Amino acid sequence: MIEVQRVNKSFDEIHVLKDLSARFDSGKMNLIIGQSGSGKTVLMKSIIGLHQADSGKILYDGRNFMQMRFNEIKELRKEVGMLFQGSALFDSLSVLENVMFPLEMFSGMTNREMIARAKFCLIRVNLKEQSFNLSPSEISGGMQKRVAIARAIALNPKYLFCDEPNSGLDPITALVIDKLIQEITAEYNITTIVNTHDMNSVMEVGDHILFIDKGVKAWEGSRNEIFDVSDNDALNEFVFASELFKKVKYALHK
Amino acid sequence: MLIFTFLKHVGIYCTLMYRVFSQPDQWRMFFRQLPKEMEKLVVNSLGIVVVISIFIGAIMTIQTKLNTEDPLLPVYATGLVTRDTLLLEFSSTIMCLILAGKVGSNIASEIGTMRITEQIDALEIMGVNSANYLILPKIAAFVLLIPCLVFFSMATGLLGGYFACVFTDILTTHDYMIGIQYLFIPYYIFYSVVKTFFFAFIIASVSSYYGYYAYGGALDVGKASTNAVVNSSVIVLIFNVLITNLMLT
Repeated sequence: MIEVQRVNKSFDEIHVLKDLSARFDSGKMNLIIGQSGSGKTVLMKSIIGLHQADSGKILYDGRNFMQMRFNEIKELRKEVGMLFQGSALFDSLSVLENVMFPLEMFSGMTNREMIARAKFCLIRVNLKEQSFNLSPSEISGGMQKRVAIARAIALNPKYLFCDEPNSGLDPITALVIDKLIQEITAEYNITTIVNTHDMNSVMEVGDHILFIDKGVKAWEGSRNEIFDVSDNDALNEFVFASELFKKVKYALHK
Repeated sequence: MLIFTFLKHVGIYCTLMYRVFSQPDQWRMFFRQLPKEMEKLVVNSLGIVVVISIFIGAIMTIQTKLNTEDPLLPVYATGLVTRDTLLLEFSSTIMCLILAGKVGSNIASEIGTMRITEQIDALEIMGVNSANYLILPKIAAFVLLIPCLVFFSMATGLLGGYFACVFTDILTTHDYMIGIQYLFIPYYIFYSVVKTFFFAFIIASVSSYYGYYAYGGALDVGKASTNAVVNSSVIVLIFNVLITNLMLT
């Protein structure tokens, strides 16, 4: 479980996160949603430590990240997996080597064990063995995301962060990736936080949703509740931005 | 204001170097990267070093001969001037300035691209010291093998001068050979190699610094690459003066 308590973050004069508090449980798909510029990426990066929050607490199962020393952060990061928006696979390594990389760095496994583990992870994300020796540039965007997921779960992480996991993917592949993350989250009881502005993802896998507007928590709930919120203009504007969801709402209330 | 910007850069550079020269997370990974970097940064630069050195050696011989057409000057003067210029300046400083362009831009653009495509963030999230993992093998490879490039440059530069004598008839090869052996001071080679160790470190580390702190898009990686080449060249020239003053005066 990850808890964020009264977190603030500013860049020069701009106050991006304002006293934001939230709780992300394990085994659930925790989605952070909001318009571009609302502060959701800053929140995620502050939780991981790519940005340093100005004040507040970030607790990883009770351990305060903001008070950790360099070595403690380093140890914690071995428990963290991250799926980046652009996959962030290492260009100079093959698909298999990309997944083996964290194992080589931190697992202490033999070469044979590492290869076996990497292959297991790649097969778990439904990649075929023919692609294992290809370089990231030789595979499709959807396959790159799968490799990135395989790399993120290679060390059996307790916490998984996904930054816009289905951006740039077609709706079918996007759904496959969302479902894959959801399955892995439930299977390994991972605390998963997904940063997205894709309403399809929200409706498919949003176990717990945090809506951020102008740096503050504007709403919190599940996908079953999101259509019934009537007193939150910012949320309604976001959820019903597309014609499809307007029609769904109309049909539901008819 | 300019002085604050300069001090800020120096501070960030020193912090980065502190991270670079910490113990690698896995020595195995370091020793796997090292030969790859040696090939990429040094072995792949051998061609350009040889070509430039041969031509510059030849041109230097021709121009020295043309500018020293004086019966009072001994016949070995051309060879001697060519040799000393190559040994003292060309094969170390000028060659390193050329390598600042090739190797420096390569390092800055590679690390800069990794930065903007979030590959460095991915390393950090994994708990890897990205500065150490990416930069240390590059600095080590370049510093360790730079003397090879210097020796190749010296040898092929002198060979270029020899070719100029063979193909142009401005000087006999016999006179040239006497010239390049006359009053040979081995310390010049030592001085040249010592200089290049410093230059190699400057080129690799300064270029890595600009790449590592690149941000934005492809255009910004290009800017980082240009800054890396320009600034490492200027620093190389400043250190050239300092080291020459220390070692030759």
